[in-house]
Formats: sequence, C-alpha cells, structure tokens
Amino acid sequence: MRLEPRLRTPLWLWLAAPVAALAGTLVITSLLVAWAGAPVTRAYALLLQGGFGSRFAWTETLTRATPLILTGLAVAVAFRARLYNIGAEGQLYAGALAAVAVGGLHGGVGWALPSSLLFALMIAAACAAGALLLWVPAWLKLRLGVDEVVTTLLLNFIVLLLVSAMLDGPMKDPTALGWPQSVAIADALQLGKLIERSRLHSGLLGALLLSLLLAALLRFTTLGFEIRAAGANARAAAFAGMPVRTAIWKVALLSGALAGLAGAVEVAGRAGYVTLDMSPGYGYSGIVVAMLAALHPLGVVAAAVFVAGMLVGADSMSRAVGVPTYIADVIVAVALIAVLIATLGVRWRVRWR
Amino acid sequence: MARVGSLSASPAAPDAPPLLRLTGITKRFGDLLANDAISLELKAGEVLALLGENGAGKSTLVSILFGHHVADAGHIEVDGRALPPGEPKAALAAGIGMVHQHFTLADNLSVLDNVMLGTEPLWRLRSERAAARARLLQIAQRFGLRVEPDARVGELSVGERQRVEILKALTRGARVLILDEPTAVLTPQESTSLFATLQHLVASGMAVVFISHKLDEVLAVADRVVVLRAGRLVAQMRASQADKAQLAEAMVGRTVAAVARERGAAAASATRPLACTLRDASVHGAQRRLLERINLDVHAGEVVAIAGVAGNGQQTLADVLSGLRALDAGTLAIGGRALPAQPRAWVDAGVARIPEDRLGVGAIGELAIWENALLERYVSRRFARWGVVRREQAREHARRIVERFDVRAGGGLDARAATLSGGNLQKLILGRALTSPRYRDIAPTLIVAHQPTWGLDVGAVADVHRRLLEACHAGAALLLISEDLDEIFALADRIAVIARGRLTEARPREQWTLASLGLAMADAAAPANAPLALHDAS
Repeated sequence: MRLEPRLRTPLWLWLAAPVAALAGTLVITSLLVAWAGAPVTRAYALLLQGGFGSRFAWTETLTRATPLILTGLAVAVAFRARLYNIGAEGQLYAGALAAVAVGGLHGGVGWALPSSLLFALMIAAACAAGALLLWVPAWLKLRLGVDEVVTTLLLNFIVLLLVSAMLDGPMKDPTALGWPQSVAIADALQLGKLIERSRLHSGLLGALLLSLLLAALLRFTTLGFEIRAAGANARAAAFAGMPVRTAIWKVALLSGALAGLAGAVEVAGRAGYVTLDMSPGYGYSGIVVAMLAALHPLGVVAAAVFVAGMLVGADSMSRAVGVPTYIADVIVAVALIAVLIATLGVRWRVRWR
Repeated sequence: MARVGSLSASPAAPDAPPLLRLTGITKRFGDLLANDAISLELKAGEVLALLGENGAGKSTLVSILFGHHVADAGHIEVDGRALPPGEPKAALAAGIGMVHQHFTLADNLSVLDNVMLGTEPLWRLRSERAAARARLLQIAQRFGLRVEPDARVGELSVGERQRVEILKALTRGARVLILDEPTAVLTPQESTSLFATLQHLVASGMAVVFISHKLDEVLAVADRVVVLRAGRLVAQMRASQADKAQLAEAMVGRTVAAVARERGAAAASATRPLACTLRDASVHGAQRRLLERINLDVHAGEVVAIAGVAGNGQQTLADVLSGLRALDAGTLAIGGRALPAQPRAWVDAGVARIPEDRLGVGAIGELAIWENALLERYVSRRFARWGVVRREQAREHARRIVERFDVRAGGGLDARAATLSGGNLQKLILGRALTSPRYRDIAPTLIVAHQPTWGLDVGAVADVHRRLLEACHAGAALLLISEDLDEIFALADRIAVIARGRLTEARPREQWTLASLGLAMADAAAPANAPLALHDAS
C-alpha cells in the first residue's frame, strides 16, 4: 500500500470527503453504542435531540461552544504559524485567575473604578496572563530551540497546581464552606444573558466577532501574510526578508491572549468565580476544534458548535439509555481522525499494490 | 570528451538472452503520461544510457523497475523470469541495484554498517560482521573501489560516498546497476574515475543503466543510448554511431540555441564601479572554517563565476551574499556600503538573489503564485497600506512578472506555487528578484545566483541564462555560483574556484581549461584514483 499525490482533485471528491468522514464516524461509534447495550438509533436520536433538538439544547450547546471557539481560535492561529501551542488549557486557567484577581479580590470593591473600566481591565489582565504564559515557551523556542510542544503541555500542569494553591490560599472564598473556590467577581462585571432563563451569555457574540476579525487578519493584512508564509515555509519566508521570529512572537501573544480571554469569558459569563473543574478540557478540545476546522477561523465556529453539541447531547443520552458520557469524547475523537483521513484522501491517492 | 579506456568493447554475443527486458511499460499520473509503452532490453556487459530532459520519464521508469511505482501496463523480466511489480525486495533479490542521486546512506554509521544495513534479519542475535567485512573488502578489491570499512560515512567526500553506494549494491549481488545522475556531484576527474569503474563492472558481466542529461558523458561511457522525451522512447542508437547534435535534438525535440556571453564583454566592465567587494572574509563553523579569508571584486556589468564541488563553502558564501549570515571576520560591501545581515536590507539595496533550493528557500509552495511574487516586497508602500495588503496592486505586479518572464501557470495567479514546473518556478523567482518598480530604467546592483539552472530542461536553461545576461547588459553585476562547468564557461567573464572554503583569484575565462579548473576544484575533493583523462574546455 502506498500514497501517491493527486495532481488534481475532482469536485465530487471534495464533496464526498466530509460525508464519508461522517459516515465512518457513525459506523465506528455505533459499534461502541451497541456494545454498551443500548439501541443504536434511539441513542443517536437522543444525542441529536439533546444537543440540537430544542431551544434549551441550543442554548446549552452554544454556551459550551463559546470557550471552545476562543481556545479553537487560539490553537488555529498558533498552528498556522507552526507554533504548536498545546497549552491553551493552562492559558485559560491563567486568564480566569487574572480576571478574578482584577475583578473579584476585595469583593470587587477594592478600587473605586467605574465598572466599565474595571471590566476592560479585567479582560486585558486575562489576555495578558494567557499571552505571558505562552510568551515563555515562545522565548525558549526562539532563543534556545526548546520544543514548544513539551513546554506548553507541561505548563498546563504547573498552572493547574498554581490554581489549586490559589483557591486554597489567597483567593479562597471564605464563604464557600471549604470548597476550593475563588472569590467571585463583582456582579457588575458579569456578562449579560442573551436569552432569558438560559445560561447563554454575550461572550458568544465576542467570540463570533473575534473569529471574523481573525479570519480577516489572516487573509488581508501583512501580518496575516507573514503568519501564513512563516507557517508554510519559514526558511523561504526568512530568505525573502520576512521577520519570521517577530511574526512568531506576535502569534504567541495573540494565541495566548485568546486562550486567556476564554478563561475570563467563562468566569464572567457563567459562575463568576474559578473552580478547579471550570474547564472540562476546553484547552485540549480547542486543538480538536482547530484541526476539524482545518485551522480556518470561520471553520472554528462550526467545529466548536459540533463538538459542544456532542458533549451536551451525550449528557442527555447518557441519562436516558445508560451509555457513558465518554461516548461524546469518543465521537469527537473518531470524527477528528476520520476528517484527517478524509483530508488525506482528497490530496493523495491510495494504491494498494 | 573522448571515450574512456578500451574495456567497453565487450558487448555480449548478439544472440545471448537479455539480462533485463522491459515490455510496454506505461504509467500515468493523472493527466500526465509519464511512461508511454516503453520497451527496451539490456544485455550483460552493456552500459545503457537513459537520456532525457527533466520530466521525460527517466525517473519514473527506473522507479517502476526498482518497484517503487507500479506500472499501469507492461511487464519486466529479469533473466527471462517475470519480476513481481511494486516490490523493491523482489527487485533487489533479482539483482537490480540502484544508486540514487541523493545518497541513501546513514552519515553517523561506518561504511561497513551502511553496507550491511538491511541485509541481516533483526531477530538474529549475532551479526556476521567479520564475514561481511571480508566480503566487502573482496568485492572492493575486485572492482578497484578503494574504501575504508570503518570510516564514518559522514566524514567521506561525495565521491567516496558514491563508491559506498555502489559497493552496497554490489554486495547485495546486483547484476544490473542503475545510477541516477551520478556525476552531478563529482569533479571532472572523479567522473572519469567513475566511468572507469563502470567499464570494470560491465567487463565482469554486469549491466549498467546510466541516467543523465549530459550529452558528453553519455557518449563517453555508454555502449547504447536510449532517448526519452515526454514519456516516449524517441530514439535508440549505439553510442559509437551517435553524435551530440543528433542526441540533443532527439532529447529536446527541436533545436535550442544555447546562450553564451559574447567574448570581450568583460574588457569594458573592469573600469566600471565595484558592485560587490569581499576583503579577507571569513565565516567560522562549529568545527572548521566555512569560508577562509575570501577576496573578491565584482564590477557592474560583469559576470564572475564561482566553480567548485558541492559542499566546499558555496552555501555559506551564498548565504553571506544573500544577507542571511554575517561574516565573522573581514568586510563585505555592496555598492560601496556595508549591509546588515538582514535579507530585507539586501533587497532594498538592489541585490537580486536566486537561491539554490527553489521550493525549499526560493518559494512557498502552499501560497499562491501572486503571493510568492510579492514575498520580497510586501512591505513597500506600493503594496501595503496601514498593514493591509493592497491586493490589486500586488496582483498587477505578479501579472507583470508572469507575463514578462513567461511563467506558464495552468491555474493562473491564484494557483499554488507548488503546481508550477521547476522551470516555471525558477522563472517566477527570477522575475521576482529582477522586477522592482525601481528597476524600470536601471538593473539591480548585484545578482547572486546559486545554481540557477540546476535540474532545469534545456529550454528553461537557455531562458534563465538569457535573462541573467540581459540584466548584466543593463548594468547589473552577476555572481554565479555553480557546479555546472558548461554553464560557467558559457556565461562567465572571470572564474574563481572555491575549495575547502578558500577562493582562488578570479581569473579571466580564457586562462582556465577544464583540466586546470578540475585540479583546483579537487583541492578539497578526494583524490581521484584513476589516471586523469583531461580535455580542453572547448
């Protein structure tokens, strides 16, 4: 078996590839559902129903999609420049901590500032914290050649332990009955609800706006040109006189800031405080979202909604037919692999002999 | 070039069965018919030259023969037995050995390790090193291929590495040896030595397939010549009955006038201003000096060529002259000014740079053609405002380059650069370097071209040469770093030789012969182990 590059890809193949990927995902995950002893068609119906089947389902899905869009954008822009940021999870927590530090310490009344200014400061602090956290691995990579995959991944654990220390220490909420939970940000800093009696908050609009801005940045600006060129062929970009290292610096700051922002938006849009389980792996899922979107900012929105819908739907399916909720992770993972294989099939032809 | 030695007069008896027979080999890649019903036979004791331009189908044919590709139609027989398609192992077992243009050796292992690699099953506990060493030495002795079994391959010269590749094939019992462009990396003397080795091999009953696009060496080494063009076998003749003009026409399909610098063009330029000056320029590597006290002057309107065997400091020199690398000692001035080691400063100073590695350094395959045309100049106010690329102006610039330099792009300006053929990609890079709003009346100050025609077909070579000479005529200085001596003799006013990071004085072309050039180049290369058969440049 071998792969040969396709010189030209027929149109039908472009259309068939995603369909085939979806079909493959369904077949493989059906086997697992059947193995768990649940009726397959009913399980899928419940899954879709739970994720997209009602107004409530949609608000829940979009609420979960909001941080995924932001971490997805963070990963997509970094990967475009071949800066493999696996640390969005840690950057998200760092952003969340920074948001609480500005907006929540002293009960949010430590500084007599107008709340709009404090809100801006809170967002800026979260972005700065995330950016700073990716700045360190970027510095190590550019100055010393240290592999950023390792450093960003390991920083996640360091940050999580730092969060734990803060939640049991200086940022601990004294009224939380011993739960490791931070103080809450001031009420005035909380994001408004988009829909009454739901958890959907205005952070979604911010995320959508940012994906549009990022798409425009990559497509139309000189910085976007530098990012795409440096990612596709750094040697050629450097030869042509592009500031490749500077571009990577900027990408690192941008990517870290987006992931940090995801943390602030989660804090301001939902609970108002930080807990150790506030992110069910949004940073890692952001990698999946970005890959599913082929690193395109607008695709990130669609991929984030898909992944969020699966997570939410799996919860309700699990309650009804007793398939473990982990099936959602399996579906997302299989979908990612299927999409990657389908993409491969679009560009390469398989020869069996 | 004359024929080497007299061993070649040992063709097998006419009625002997062929050692290798290809019948009706056809291979299609998409719309491209890479091989179209090619049939040929190879007898023991014969050197067959496979001649053709890049893209003629030579590599596809040998890849099929070696089992890397599977033919759509046709079959292969070795010694009358069918060879199963698509199995390199079967090809090896049948006695087909291949020496790739880019060597497949592990630099950190010894010669013996490299030769043994892959020959022993991994589950065996003891390795038969002693036996393998004896066998290697015996074969090396028999064919006069001197090697040191314990030397690390990374420390060998290119010529020695090629010898190891050949020995690797021989110790696996190769009876048909395929060499893909074997002389591309050798000095003239090393090439001569290789040809002697090949004659030795066929005299012992082997057969050799020699792939090349250089006519002189094909006539020097081959018994029979097969010419491929656009996937078809267009001519087949005995080398003794062929002549250069005939082969060239069969290869290209039309007559191509080679471009040459008019004699006497140099005389005028010696009095012109200096475009580039290097004084005692040195670059230190980790272990040795990459460039050692280099002195060079290039005047406006002059062509200075730097000849040398690959890996003697050309890349470092090209990097320095492209603004990628700073000197560790000495001075460098472009148009009388020192420049920082930043490519953008060099572009702004009017240095047109043509890198050796077109797709790795010269262009970004994933980006569109118009974006590649913009790479060096996207910051200029003409093409960007407020951080936003001015798409219309940029595309207009690209369109001008594509038209003026005749870049043939099937998919238009938006096609990815990777879809361009090598020749068209080089024309795009050349056009990008030589087109600037400021060059409308004047040419660039200096053109630094590193192997500008490497791997291009004859038509594209002539095109590139013509463009470079035109720019010189308009006043640009051309520094040509090349391993192609034909190219150097065709274009250069003065020639310097680089060997082990040292540069000889640049002397006028008339004062060099192919022999003296080869000797100067060999200063760094391994000493050739065969008597020199030298020929005059003309």
